[in-house]
Amino acid sequence: MKYKSQKVAYWFFALSMLLFGLQIIYGFIMGFAHAGFDGLHAAIPFNTARAVHTNLLVVWLLSGFMGAAYYIIPEEAQRELVSVKLAYVQLISLAIVGVIAIVGYHFNYWEGRKFLEIPRSLDYLVVVNVLLFLGLILVTLFKGKRRTTTALVLSMGLLFAALLYLSGMLPFDSQVKDSFFRWWVVHLWVEGVWELIMGGILSFLLIKLTGVDREVIEKWLYVIVGLTFLSGVLGTGHHYYYIGVNKIWLIVGGIFSALEPLAFLAMALFAVNMYRKGEKKHPNKLALYWTLGAAIVSFIGAGLLGFAHTLPQTNLYTHGTLVTAMHGHLAFWGAYAMIVLAIISYSLPNMTGRKLYESTRGRMAFWMSNIGMIGMTVAFGVAGVVQVYLERKLKMEFMEVQKQTEIHFVVLIICATLFMIGIILYFIDFYKHGKPTNEALEVQPT
Amino acid sequence: MLSKKQARAFFLGGTVVTFLIFIGLTIYSFSKSQDQSNDENITEAVVRGKKLWEDNNCMGCHTILGEGAYYAPELTKVIERRGEGYIKAVLTTPVDWAPNGRKMVAYGFTAEEAADLIAFFDWIDDIDLNGFDTVVSPLAKGEN
Repeated sequence: MKYKSQKVAYWFFALSMLLFGLQIIYGFIMGFAHAGFDGLHAAIPFNTARAVHTNLLVVWLLSGFMGAAYYIIPEEAQRELVSVKLAYVQLISLAIVGVIAIVGYHFNYWEGRKFLEIPRSLDYLVVVNVLLFLGLILVTLFKGKRRTTTALVLSMGLLFAALLYLSGMLPFDSQVKDSFFRWWVVHLWVEGVWELIMGGILSFLLIKLTGVDREVIEKWLYVIVGLTFLSGVLGTGHHYYYIGVNKIWLIVGGIFSALEPLAFLAMALFAVNMYRKGEKKHPNKLALYWTLGAAIVSFIGAGLLGFAHTLPQTNLYTHGTLVTAMHGHLAFWGAYAMIVLAIISYSLPNMTGRKLYESTRGRMAFWMSNIGMIGMTVAFGVAGVVQVYLERKLKMEFMEVQKQTEIHFVVLIICATLFMIGIILYFIDFYKHGKPTNEALEVQPT
Repeated sequence: MLSKKQARAFFLGGTVVTFLIFIGLTIYSFSKSQDQSNDENITEAVVRGKKLWEDNNCMGCHTILGEGAYYAPELTKVIERRGEGYIKAVLTTPVDWAPNGRKMVAYGFTAEEAADLIAFFDWIDDIDLNGFDTVVSPLAKGEN
């Protein structure tokens, strides 16, 4: 760690891990309910578990992104954060808004709009919180000694993410329009501006871990985020095939979302090539595992599995089925969860001074969580295909089909257990690093 | 070989152009002549129904227009499949509705609220869904 104020990142990461743990618990509640064991129905019905599960994901990833920004921006801008005190205010208010939202979901205090269940009144608090965060990051960046491409791309991603959130707050009487603009947030986040954030973090990590020249890495970063937007923006059309808007989206969405895997492929090739090219090998092997893992798994989960049901002819049958959950899990895991775990693995030893670069526990965490998640994805996929075939093709009753898929959720739960053990090992590693300290300030092997 | 400046121009140029096309297409698909979202038939009951739909996070279990969770049935064309009487019974019952063992929260809606939700479903059913309705509707049996 080079600047004292980078320590604030630790607490964002800690919050992130706490929420991630909770997210997994709610996932289990849903998995068991799907397998036929809904003993918690009276206290936590499925729709509550679902809203909590997906919103916790969003909040822990955002907290992780914010932590990443608080760690990366001072180092890139070569100055302390403008106000550490305000960063802590932002952290605490983020945690409070998150807790109110999550608790509220248990008492029917929500807005049933997939992924954006936070009620409007709380939305305003989210906006204030994010403005404070952006203010701190952008002022630090512009007061800094240098403005690197990595820092600009990361900040741009965070800024656009905040702007796009506003389109999800527009009120509509029509379910179609509501849905249409909800995707401006959800799709343009995950298949657009969040990839800027991911790209920025990835580029920072590659510069640190491989020792390849910054100019080379940042040039390719532009190409990759360029490809992402070129395919991803009009690729939003794949959400518009069958929700009541013009047929033009079948063509536009079909063509551009077919190009989306290319952006992810480019990202994976970029990471692997930079690693191969790098002559200086950083001793933090675990960070390297997670970094390369994120680039590769996101290509499989977001790129390939997304493509599996993105063409209009296929999506006509898979739209609104468990096939979506199959793609969603591996995509979020690879692209966003793993990049957050990567930046944590890289920065923790630097903030705490405990250089736990390589351990059996750390490697087990990586492999068990990844194998578990791939197993879960396969289970979702099989259940999804069964559902599509029986319900959409053979026109069987919904619940008859659901009975047929119960066994796949048993498999899912087994794989999820493996995944969870991996994540618990990661948490133990996190804990073993101890707290951040100024004693860790030093000239790091960069 | 590509320079960093060219790479940046590709990124900025590509982004601006695709965003402009995207906004253009959005305006086009909601323009009067192209709109197929059944906008003109939204009544006050439909709006109230949509609010109930959101306030109770029905999408947390069901899907509508193919969007939501996958724990309970798709509700596009539900009136055609089940009839109003059945839907009203499900919405107003004070005990958990549990077809084949899977429970739905007993919302115990009033008759007016149930009527609003039915108006909402009815409005949904008249949207032109580019063929998706035939996949989830019984009228399409045997066609696929």
